[in-house]
Amino acid sequence: MAIIDRPLAIGAGDDAVETVDRPLGSITRPQESGTWRDWLTTVDHKKIGIMYGAAAMFFFVIGGAEALLIRLQLATPNGTLLSPEVYNQVFTMHGVTMIFLVAMPMGAAFANYLLPLQIGARDVAFPRLNALSFWVFLFGGLFLNSAWLLGGGADGGWFNYAPNSTVTFSPSHGIDFYALGLQITGVASLVGAINLITTVLNMRPKGMTLMRMPIFTWMNLVVQFLLLFAVPVISVALFELTFDRLFDANFFNTEAGADPLLWQHLFWIFGHPEVYILILPSFGIVSEVIPVFSRKPIFGYSFMVASGVAIGFMGWGVWAHHMFVSGIGPISVAAFSLSTMFIAVPTGVKILNWLATIWGGKLRFNTAMLFAVGVVSMFTIGGLSGVTHSIAPADTQQTDTYYIVAHFHYVIFGGTLLGFFSGFYFWWPKMFGYKLNEKLGKTNFWLQIVGFNVTFGPMHILGLQGMSRRIDTYDAGFGFEFWNLVATVGAFIIALGIAFFFVNVAVSRRQWIAAGKPNPGPDPWDARSLEWMTASPTPIHNFDEEITVDAPDEFWHRKYGYDTEGNVVRKATAEEVAQDGSNTNVHLPSPSYFPILLALSMPIISYGLIYSLWLCIPGGMLLVYSMVGWIFEHPDDPNAAHDDHGHDDHGDAPDELAAGDDEGELVGVGAGAPETEATNG
Amino acid sequence: MASATVAVGHGADHGHEEHETNYGMSNNKMAMWLFLSSDCLLFGALISTFLLYRTNISDGTVFTEPADVFDIPFTSLSSFVLLMSSLTMVLALSAVKRGDERNGRIWLLTTAFLGMVFIGGQVYEFTIFSAEGLQYSTNTWTSAFFTLTGFHGVHVSVGILLLMGTVFGTRNSGLGKEKSEAVELVGLYWHFVDIVWVIIFTVIYLIPIG
Repeated sequence: MAIIDRPLAIGAGDDAVETVDRPLGSITRPQESGTWRDWLTTVDHKKIGIMYGAAAMFFFVIGGAEALLIRLQLATPNGTLLSPEVYNQVFTMHGVTMIFLVAMPMGAAFANYLLPLQIGARDVAFPRLNALSFWVFLFGGLFLNSAWLLGGGADGGWFNYAPNSTVTFSPSHGIDFYALGLQITGVASLVGAINLITTVLNMRPKGMTLMRMPIFTWMNLVVQFLLLFAVPVISVALFELTFDRLFDANFFNTEAGADPLLWQHLFWIFGHPEVYILILPSFGIVSEVIPVFSRKPIFGYSFMVASGVAIGFMGWGVWAHHMFVSGIGPISVAAFSLSTMFIAVPTGVKILNWLATIWGGKLRFNTAMLFAVGVVSMFTIGGLSGVTHSIAPADTQQTDTYYIVAHFHYVIFGGTLLGFFSGFYFWWPKMFGYKLNEKLGKTNFWLQIVGFNVTFGPMHILGLQGMSRRIDTYDAGFGFEFWNLVATVGAFIIALGIAFFFVNVAVSRRQWIAAGKPNPGPDPWDARSLEWMTASPTPIHNFDEEITVDAPDEFWHRKYGYDTEGNVVRKATAEEVAQDGSNTNVHLPSPSYFPILLALSMPIISYGLIYSLWLCIPGGMLLVYSMVGWIFEHPDDPNAAHDDHGHDDHGDAPDELAAGDDEGELVGVGAGAPETEATNG
Repeated sequence: MASATVAVGHGADHGHEEHETNYGMSNNKMAMWLFLSSDCLLFGALISTFLLYRTNISDGTVFTEPADVFDIPFTSLSSFVLLMSSLTMVLALSAVKRGDERNGRIWLLTTAFLGMVFIGGQVYEFTIFSAEGLQYSTNTWTSAFFTLTGFHGVHVSVGILLLMGTVFGTRNSGLGKEKSEAVELVGLYWHFVDIVWVIIFTVIYLIPIG
């Protein structure tokens, strides 16, 4: 398939005379024109990644506001800010939002943007499916949050135990929104998983063997496999809950003899792999950042990969440690207790390897590195409190107390979220063409890390003192007052820290424009992996020509070599090695309306299921219409590529337009695409 | 300008094997295998739920033995029809690979027809069960039974649509050898759905409720 040596789809829209492609004669194919409309129809993995990130930040602000409400309510005994009913909804939606609409899509944002770049590919395997993933996630998240305006959010906690979540105990529609909303975002995760696994396994360029892939790519590959197998399990649980609530099924109807543990098992078979789905992208980011700012290769590359894969497998064998007090019996408790202790081993290996990477390195403590070190230290605390849960007798004491709340915030906030912030500061110049301000960045970091410890550190104490999680208030005199107030103060310090991040983005951008948009160059950090080997911000076609890979950290090896005494010496500057993005002769997949339309049908159908089945008819029609339109639309716009079609291909496929160009796939740059004399500036 | 070539299956058409991927398997085929592996866990969870409620056949007021309403010979026959559709699917793929377009279409349509016979049997069975008092909300057994078999029925129906789409979507462009991978992908899906039915049939109908 010709992906090289053809005119760009972008810019082709300037030719006003072009005939338009009308799949099914209905919708005119979008032509990229440089306006905001491009973002609705784009299939470019970089734009989709940025949209994932922006949407996740939007939900992050919502989830953060909910967190502040929780802390305000609990700041003093007998708080009256929120009623118990509203409090239930706020903490439930806080958890659901932060996990499903912030942490998961933010991981997807980095994966989308970086995986093709890190393996040296042009785009993902299925660009339109990639757009579909994003829009489905966004509409699912909006659908879930629309519950606030339609009678209140879900109130069963993020794991929403049935039968507590059946109509009898939660008659409002909140849990219907929960079940259908997560079903929709699950579709997004599943489609994304299939897409990214195919991309990583199939589209690597010459020499990029699996064991030469960057650790970030490896960790995300594991994550996508976890999603692939975990999502269908929660889908079944959510279907059963939906059918119980809407169609009077009896899956969780204990009066009809239903087993109250069914939901718990199904949820946690998904839910524990989910924990690794949340943390592994952050592990990947840290594994990229620490070597760069320590000026050393990652210590024990193959061990890092193997431990990530081991986590991926062992993550399936520990789910019942969430259920130690639900009466699953001593044998189950003992078995899951042991497996939970074991899974700490590969995680510990990672911590040691990061420390060994830092050890003896020439350290540069800028903001990205500070956040990465923050992950290593904070996640270690969270990991250690996690090990205390594996000891079932201790866990019995800790279950449903603030100790648990402290633990999972140390791993999800201290591990996942700090990792994402490290990634922001690290990859921002690659994504947007300017660096974030270091001074504001360090303020952001210190406020965030101090606020984080002030908020969640005391929760360990509160939990061990016996304060229940999810309790909407407490009486004075139990010794809860002081630490709750401290935690509330800490939460506002975190909020201030996050505000500094947004300020930083605005200020840095203004300074960059005021300074006449200086380019940070392809490689502002003296980095090691392939995404730094092309211009910043990444050109729309990623790479001018295929990169042949000879080693892990290929880019570093092109810049540095060894002299006769074995000392590292610089062979070339980054600018000499990197591609300048000047090749405009690259054929790219064309934008499409159908992903966003197909995604839009899902919330419509879901509203229909809740309120009136009649609404499912237009929703279903939109679904069918966009599927059919999708199938009949060429992934590659024949017009965009047609100006000089006569001579752009390599004679071996004369009838290529009919036979091959209608594929939705891009093959890795040069994986079969004949190389042309496209030059590297 | 759009050539009339139609993409089937997962949105893209593939008879295009000359460019290599890292493992020599096309992106579309890999995506289909990944989807099916994910679907295994969907059915795994549904079958687990059914196994949990397999003996839970009383709702406290009405006691209906599923075994009393089962018509094993009838369901065996419709299962046989579905299994035979795997054979016709293989014949369809083989014909398309040989470049025998006419027979390829005939066998694809036969496969779709056999699938429809199976779905017809399922609808008939659901109607009978319902009339005999085993309705969706009757007890946990019925909820699990109708959900599991219903999900399978939806999968078969999607397969029928894929088959019909392959046949009628390629009327203009032809169903030549270069389309054999699209047919193969539909086939993978179809065989998967058949294999799942073998398990479901065994679990629900053949193992006695003891």
